[in-house]
Amino acid sequence: MLGNGLLKGLAETARNFFGSYVDKDRLTTIQFPEERAPRIEASRNFPFLVYDGTDPQAGLRCVSCLICEKECPPKCIFIEKSTDKKPDAVGKPQFYPTRFNIDVSVCMSCQICVEVCPFDAIKMDNDFEASATGRFSDLLWTKERLAKSNEYYHQVHPTEAADVDAALAAARAKAAAPKPAASPAPPAPSATGGAPEK
Amino acid sequence: MSALAEFPSAAHLTPSADGDSQLLEVSMGPQHPSTHGVFRMDVVLDGETVVKLKPIFGYLHRNHEKIAEDETYLGSMPYTDRLDYFCSLTNNWAYALAVETLAGIQVPERAQYLRIITAELTRLQNHASLVGFLMQDMGASGTPLMYAFREREKILDLFEALTGARMMCNYMRFGGCRVDLPAGWLEQAKQVVAAFPRFLDEYETLLVSNEIIMARTQGVGVLSRELAINAGITGPVLRACGVNYDLRKVDKYGIYDRFSFRIPLGDHGDVYDRYMLRLLEMRESIKILEQAMRDLPEGPFTDPKTKVRNFRPKPGEAYGRIEAPKGELGFYLISDGTPNPYRYRVRPPSLINLTVLEDMCLGRNVADVVIILGSIDIVMGEVDR
Repeated sequence: MLGNGLLKGLAETARNFFGSYVDKDRLTTIQFPEERAPRIEASRNFPFLVYDGTDPQAGLRCVSCLICEKECPPKCIFIEKSTDKKPDAVGKPQFYPTRFNIDVSVCMSCQICVEVCPFDAIKMDNDFEASATGRFSDLLWTKERLAKSNEYYHQVHPTEAADVDAALAAARAKAAAPKPAASPAPPAPSATGGAPEK
Repeated sequence: MSALAEFPSAAHLTPSADGDSQLLEVSMGPQHPSTHGVFRMDVVLDGETVVKLKPIFGYLHRNHEKIAEDETYLGSMPYTDRLDYFCSLTNNWAYALAVETLAGIQVPERAQYLRIITAELTRLQNHASLVGFLMQDMGASGTPLMYAFREREKILDLFEALTGARMMCNYMRFGGCRVDLPAGWLEQAKQVVAAFPRFLDEYETLLVSNEIIMARTQGVGVLSRELAINAGITGPVLRACGVNYDLRKVDKYGIYDRFSFRIPLGDHGDVYDRYMLRLLEMRESIKILEQAMRDLPEGPFTDPKTKVRNFRPKPGEAYGRIEAPKGELGFYLISDGTPNPYRYRVRPPSLINLTVLEDMCLGRNVADVVIILGSIDIVMGEVDR
């Protein structure tokens, strides 16, 4: 009968409509501002800089080796390297970034900076509510805005952060064992990165 | 003299009775909801009938190939996500395959399985959204597209849990994949795949026997087997004409020779066949997924010898191609031993499949042009690059 297929289709629509009241698989949306989906751990959007200790600027793990600046595909990272060395969180003298800017209007969230960083200093955030009203200065994130604590990193990527902490602790123990503190031992390469440049 | 006489392609049309019909040139797009992005067609119409159609590309040109020549090999990987932004994982795979051929890298067993699983999930969500869009183009506003996107969403959630992003996955690396499966991912994926046939059944009940769909699609946009082969058409558009050519069977790249699956073929090469073929392909993809998730071995997920930085393949050239959801996606690379490729070229399935658009549309009316374009399955990110 002509119209049979149409009626069958309409019956299907009705099944989906009424089913959406009982079946979670048929209604997958949530009422966003009131309800929130659980954050997915692996999710990423923009990078941030990890610091140890309490001082967000002095505790930065970044030693401004400029590897991420060079490897960033859209070239959204700008780093100015310091001329002097300053003791880092464990007391070892290191260079530090006097300026570290990320233009998030250019950043494409590929996380290649994270992969190449030998110091585990830059990681991906998953805070998606990053809207701003200005087109230029609001989207140029300086190191003050980018610095976030290691505890925050544990909060957003618990599994990954635990692995990183274990690797760092092991590397520190290894560096401290033969000659304690005094000489600037080569920094520990991370699990993902290659050898540091300088 | 009739204005029609200027167009040899309109020779089969009878001029209107008074003999002085006027042809109308319509510019469809670039900002038109039916053109799947910024695509423009200059259509010459005799009344409602298309007598000439000229596709105009380039509104989304981003210099992809030239940018890649200035990037490191790894640096181009996130850019390949943006080619066909529905299927970033298959784009990653095609590019990784080209670089692996170039540098002679071996991919570990587990990584091969991970690639198959992610690529077939990509095929599922691409075809699901394509049939949804096609129904939307036909005027079934909302409902079929919404059902299709509901299922696609579940697969995108899996992608996010694995790769960190829903669409711009940037997951594959030379010699393997970037990360291993997180805890619980495989179980979740098995659930999604097990629930997928229900969606396909419902979708078929909803639309396949629908009289309006059949009237709109059967015999519309017929592509002949000879023309399809001569024009280099690949993917579902080619198979809908009845040509048995699928790189998963022809090249057996990766480890596709280990899985048992069939290649669905069409007969008439019309829009209906292309639409049905995608539904059947999804069922075959589910078969592959079930086998791959059952057999997934333990082991390394990437080749530990491949360097992330300072990756310099030896001078040479390589072509890596895979069966992307839209057709044959190939990357051609020439290396001169530096960290950047000397030449980087993409063979996009969408662009090549678009070349026969005029031949399929001649003699049809404007509403048919929209669904013929929809049935080719194009993504402008890949057409214009």
